[in-house]
Amino acid sequence: MNDLLDFLSFSDPNVRFVAFGTMLLSAAAAIVGCFAFLRKQALVGDAIAHSILPGVCLAFIISGTKNPIYLLIGATISGWISLLMVNYISNHSKLKSDTSIGIVLSVFFGFGILLLTAIQHSGNASQAGLDKFLFGKAASLTSDDVTIFGSVAIALIFVVFLFYKEFKLISFNSDFARSIGLPVNFLEFVLSSLTVLAIAVGIQAVGVVLMAALLITPATAARFWTHQLWKMILIATILGAFSALLGTYISYLYPSMPTGPWIVVCLSFIALSSIFFAPKNGILPQLKRQQSNRLKIRNENILKLFFHLSEESEDYHQGFDFSTLLESRDFYPQELTKGLAYLKSKNQIRILNNKWHLTKLGLIEAKRIVRLHRLWEMYLNKKLKLAPDHVHNDAEAIEHIITPEVERLLEKELNYPTKDPHQSNIPYTD
Amino acid sequence: MEEIALETHNLTVSYNRKPVLWNVDFKLPKGQIIGIIGPNGSGKTTLLKSIMGLTPLSSGYVEIFGQKLNDVRHRISYVPQRESVDWDFPASVMDVVLMGRYSPKNLFKRIKKVDKDIAAEALEKVNLLEFSNRQISQLSGGQQQRVFIARSLTQNADLFIMDEPFVGVDAATEQAILTLMQEMKSKGKTVIVVHHDLQTAKDYFDWIVLLNTRLVASGPKSEIFNEELLQEAYGGKLNVLSKVGELVKEHDFPIREKKRK
Repeated sequence: MNDLLDFLSFSDPNVRFVAFGTMLLSAAAAIVGCFAFLRKQALVGDAIAHSILPGVCLAFIISGTKNPIYLLIGATISGWISLLMVNYISNHSKLKSDTSIGIVLSVFFGFGILLLTAIQHSGNASQAGLDKFLFGKAASLTSDDVTIFGSVAIALIFVVFLFYKEFKLISFNSDFARSIGLPVNFLEFVLSSLTVLAIAVGIQAVGVVLMAALLITPATAARFWTHQLWKMILIATILGAFSALLGTYISYLYPSMPTGPWIVVCLSFIALSSIFFAPKNGILPQLKRQQSNRLKIRNENILKLFFHLSEESEDYHQGFDFSTLLESRDFYPQELTKGLAYLKSKNQIRILNNKWHLTKLGLIEAKRIVRLHRLWEMYLNKKLKLAPDHVHNDAEAIEHIITPEVERLLEKELNYPTKDPHQSNIPYTD
Repeated sequence: MEEIALETHNLTVSYNRKPVLWNVDFKLPKGQIIGIIGPNGSGKTTLLKSIMGLTPLSSGYVEIFGQKLNDVRHRISYVPQRESVDWDFPASVMDVVLMGRYSPKNLFKRIKKVDKDIAAEALEKVNLLEFSNRQISQLSGGQQQRVFIARSLTQNADLFIMDEPFVGVDAATEQAILTLMQEMKSKGKTVIVVHHDLQTAKDYFDWIVLLNTRLVASGPKSEIFNEELLQEAYGGKLNVLSKVGELVKEHDFPIREKKRK
């Protein structure tokens, strides 16, 4: 607990730099990443990140120093060249964009590793630490670094804010943007430059290999929680900054732990949780929905069974014992037991002397389901011209999903039929 | 012919190096509802895109109200194909309709109250006002199309250019679009619509352009709807023209010789 307080008080200037620095870099990457994500350019971000390595190495070879400004310039230039090459190859050759991304990424990264190895064996003493660009060097950010990269990050955020409306339009419908005379090429150039810059500063924290995660993961997670662009950007920013803080805290507690990779681990955890748990679109709510559908089908089928068994005698409240019910339709015994218990709790059936009876409420419901089944059979027969012996299976499924609104439409379109295609009565409730 | 809304002069356009429009040359009158009709792959969408400057021209030019496109953009509203955008984009109906109020003049500026009022009015016209806050991903095909139409209404244009607005829409939407087109016409506006269904074209439009990689005919519908012209437009592509097109693509050949400066 004390550790946490120490950390959050930022009394240690080093912690302060690292925490603020990584938070800013992550936030900038997350904001720009939202647009990359929406423009379906997630992989392009990965290519740019890897392609920045040779730029950094060349900047070092030419300038002979690790001055962050030179390295940033080198990174930006080689990032831009890689982006142009990806676009050129996919527009001017038979290759599709995934292939051109793959080619540019691996060629640039390979060249970068080659340069990096050469520099390391050159005996130049000031090269130490250049290899940190592979996985980031968040823990050793200096105040100079933070000032420079932080200002770039703030400038990025400001430009996105300025062009928000236009970026939104070109991401959604760039043809329309062109048609009203917006300078789309210029806007795309600005947006791409922002992406390259965000990546160039972001690699300080997590390195070229993990940079794509910083760019795309916050947007991916945020997309699950909202349908509004500004909220999505806000959520992505918070997730990015929060993960940066968490990553920094973990490596503060355990100095042997690397900051950058931990930021990415936190982000990935948040993204995975979003994929699973987000309301409506998450995997878990989907499973729940399927489960509740299954139960609805089971319960309605049991009610329907009561109706069918007593249709001939027209004594709809007569009793049936468990084994009769079980034999009459292919239920698992367990399934039937659970279904009966549920329907009893809803007062749709009751048990007397070990025999199950429909209640008044249950009969209304049973009639509704049979009615929907037979109306749908009628509809298939009349409107889709299906033969009477071909309509049953379809109706078995559809009867459970027809809403009262659709039911009224069906009745109207079929002119309130009284018989289904098999000449059974359609039970209306009066 | 009375005043001209749109003229294309010897328009030739290539797509992936293959010419898809050959020397298309026509003039369209003002204040009419005009259908551009032709079979699949006849270059209808490409024609609209080249009119809107979205596709580079290999040759020829386009004039709108007697002027170059850039001088009259504010008088034109372009409605792209509904399927050309990703409707899963995080935006509400209102967001999309407001995009019609963007312009090069209000770069950097926030949307104003008056723009929102105009957007609400347009939404009311297409019967979607109660859906303004609805997510666009939750709309039906017809509703999506009406969102696009509403966006176009906010532009206060004199010329409307719509790409396949009737594809995949319900009867109510179809009726709504037709009514709006008539309303535009009665206000003296010009509506140009790309359409692929021959059956309905006769009822929808006053003027028809028949297209099949080349211009087959352009004129009032009474003159156009005859067996011979329709057969020509829908009876397949011209054999030699297609062959030459393939040759141009195969050899990566320029469609026009470079002129000496």
